[in-house]
Amino acid sequence: MSRIILTVRDLEIALDPSGVEVDRDVNLELVEGEVLGLVGETASGKTTAATSLLNFQRRGAKIVGGSIRIDDRDVLALGGSQLRELRGGVISYVPQDPGSALNPALRIGPQLREVLEFHGFGNSEAERRTRIEEMMAEVLLPSTEEFLRRYPHQLSGGQQQRVVLAMAFACRPKIIVLDEPTTGLDVTTQAHVLDTIRDLVTAHRVAAVYVTHDLAVVAELTDRIAVMYAGRLVEIGPAAELFAGASHPYTRRLLQAVPVLTGRRTLEGIPGFAPRPGHRPAGCAFAPRCSYAVAKCSAEMPPEEIVGQMHRVRCWRHKEVETQAPLLAHDDDRPLESCGQEGLITVRVTAWYGSREVLHDIDITLRARECLALVGESGSGKTTLARCIAGLHRFRIEGDIAFQGKGLPRLARDRPRAIRHAIQYVFQNPYSALNPRKTIAQILSQPLRIFFDYTRDQREDRLAEVLDLVSLDDTVLSRYPDQLSGGERQRVAIARALAAEPTVLICDEVTSWLDVSVQASIIQLLVRLQTEIGLCMLFVTHNLALIRSIAYDVAVMSEGRIVEYGPTDDVLADPQVDYTRKLLADTPKIEVAQLKT
Amino acid sequence: MSDEHLVPPGARFVGTREVGTAEGFVDTPEHDLGLSSPRGKQRRSEWVQLLLEALHYRVTQVGLAMFLLIVTLVVVGPYVAPHSPFEFVTDPYAKPSAIAWLGGDCLGRDVLSRVLCGGRSVLILSFSATAIGMVLGVSTGLVAGYARTVVSEVIMRGLDVLLAFPQIVFVLLLISVLGPQRWLLVLGVGVTLAPPIGRVVYGTTMNVKEGDFVLAAESLGVSHLEIISSEILPNIVSPLMVEFGLNLTFAIGTIASLSFLGFGMQPPAPDWGLMINENRVGLVIQPYSVLVPTALIAILAIGANLVTDGVAHAMIGLERDTGSA
Repeated sequence: MSRIILTVRDLEIALDPSGVEVDRDVNLELVEGEVLGLVGETASGKTTAATSLLNFQRRGAKIVGGSIRIDDRDVLALGGSQLRELRGGVISYVPQDPGSALNPALRIGPQLREVLEFHGFGNSEAERRTRIEEMMAEVLLPSTEEFLRRYPHQLSGGQQQRVVLAMAFACRPKIIVLDEPTTGLDVTTQAHVLDTIRDLVTAHRVAAVYVTHDLAVVAELTDRIAVMYAGRLVEIGPAAELFAGASHPYTRRLLQAVPVLTGRRTLEGIPGFAPRPGHRPAGCAFAPRCSYAVAKCSAEMPPEEIVGQMHRVRCWRHKEVETQAPLLAHDDDRPLESCGQEGLITVRVTAWYGSREVLHDIDITLRARECLALVGESGSGKTTLARCIAGLHRFRIEGDIAFQGKGLPRLARDRPRAIRHAIQYVFQNPYSALNPRKTIAQILSQPLRIFFDYTRDQREDRLAEVLDLVSLDDTVLSRYPDQLSGGERQRVAIARALAAEPTVLICDEVTSWLDVSVQASIIQLLVRLQTEIGLCMLFVTHNLALIRSIAYDVAVMSEGRIVEYGPTDDVLADPQVDYTRKLLADTPKIEVAQLKT
Repeated sequence: MSDEHLVPPGARFVGTREVGTAEGFVDTPEHDLGLSSPRGKQRRSEWVQLLLEALHYRVTQVGLAMFLLIVTLVVVGPYVAPHSPFEFVTDPYAKPSAIAWLGGDCLGRDVLSRVLCGGRSVLILSFSATAIGMVLGVSTGLVAGYARTVVSEVIMRGLDVLLAFPQIVFVLLLISVLGPQRWLLVLGVGVTLAPPIGRVVYGTTMNVKEGDFVLAAESLGVSHLEIISSEILPNIVSPLMVEFGLNLTFAIGTIASLSFLGFGMQPPAPDWGLMINENRVGLVIQPYSVLVPTALIAILAIGANLVTDGVAHAMIGLERDTGSA
């Protein structure tokens, strides 16, 4: 039995000065060399809990109770120089965005050396130099003089994250806290970073806490998983046990939201959203969203109960929950059927970005009432292609884009009104797609005003209609975008596109900024819209696991070319080119084998 | 009096800080602590919100008190002045007495009455000049920042040429050629204020323009003018307010200096800047005739600048809150 190196007891974090509770009764222990996944939706308090392991809180929050011990050190009692020694020496932290974690004005060599010098690692310049070479080799980066002299902006996102990892592992810490280190990266880079983390952790017996909202990411990496909801740990246990039959309804719902690569199943989002600090209901905070909830749930907070070896759960009805069937089975094996429609939009283009050719001889067809998925890593040209079709590409295009046989002008502005409203675009980032200074009503009326001559009453009816289509109620109309959650914002963005009554909807990585549980409900929504309204859809994504439930055809893009193009089921079952095979291998997945008890 | 002394180094920095960041609207996907924006609460327009927030700061309160003191003096002054500002009531440079509480000026006119009547020109002229500068700077900056084509280059290089002239020299040149006229003074100062404003607006606009919501409007076919006025402009209100305050301070200084140099208001008009010039010879015998107008100009400029400072602080505060929630 390995030694326990980290114990967290009754940790309590509150907002300062309002005293609103953020995290409460968090109990954790970490065994040497173990990887613990800390999973939860946005606003669940997982990052707050994770940074408190380093006795750090962001502005406005404060640790108000409990204890954290690393070996025999009381972390919360440390201050000043002792704390600085602890951070980076004994326990280190890898933040979400490597771009902001590295000092943009310093070359990476000096940044790495700084960590070693500060913690007095190595006795001489030569020794530190060797250590840097070692570190860089461990994260699979070159340690040549040329590379170390680069600035952070000269590295790719994946390389930056690996430099941050090298810094975190530099002084051979005992524990490392990873805060969604792969969220901003595409699947291929994410796979590399995850491999690197796995190698480092096993090679040096470092214990790790991996914070994420995506269970699939941690499935292959972690030994145990802790699930957080509204500031409390609702379930903690061995990963295999959780995947086979979680005891908490919330864990089950999270699992149900994970898309599976190997077979099709209905993705189900969790209705509602995780309550923010200060807005949390009494009793079990999950009760309002839980299908198992009984009166007792909203009255009293359930205690932590032990249900297995190192497996604890906080639910009044966990015994009933456990008897339910495992959730990850493929429940939907019907193949998607082609509507057999002819082409609506045909695209035969070569496009430039400035003077560089970025799309080469693209030839795809969007069929009426069908969804085509466009898959590839970042930089493969998929967004450029989507924007060419939407008329948002500002540079040179050769070839033609035809809508119902008629060629389209390059820019949306030059296209006739009928075409502009027929082709609608939903942007990747819901946080920048809505004007922060406009109310939702103003945002949604814009297309109505441009395309239709509605009276005031008609317009209001139409607003209510499109909101209904995306499952929002009309209380959002008077709000501003920053008063909505990410998922709600993306729904508003989709509603704006639907308000124009489009025949073609282009969705550009519309779920990449969202939690997995929210992603599932957006996908659910798009599938429903596609079948109900009969939309023709172009679904751009880097996640192959997503497309099974939505797209009939898939086009795989690499370096500006379509490398594989065919029915989704065929492509996923039997990819013809190496690139698709590699993408498939890199996509994080929960193996169905893992699920059999 | 030098303009630079009235502006704490931080103020200029604050006015331009948005240039490098896009935090105004780009949020992070992870926001654990929902600190602000309670759901469903109707909110006031941004500039009102900003002013109310700014009032929480001590600097704003002090600045506003100073500013309002001068404004009250200027508005009420002419009605309570004991004498006409043109009437000769004492000997030249007479000491303060019962007839003239602040003594007499170089020609024996009542200093108090001239002070009470002489603020209007500074206040009105500097406000108008700032307004002209804002209109010119904001419109050129918006167009240049939005267009991002050859047009932007032409506009921005044009502004650079204007920027190369020292402010005062430019206005002096203008007035010595066309004669000292009030509209020319206002126009001249306004034009010299425009280039820096244009640069700030240009940078901010380029940032706001990166937002996908601008692209979304473009894909719907919204006209350029409407995109600029209804998508971009509302997003740069905060920095514009700071720019206005900052430039008002500059304008007060410049207008007063020009009057002092004899290129602004002409004698016998009562005007603080002009009074300083007229009476400076008698500074030793009758200091009030110079010191009082000087102090009033200083209070006005410092007050305007403190308010601006408070607004800038409030802007950063609000940005940080909405940026993390």
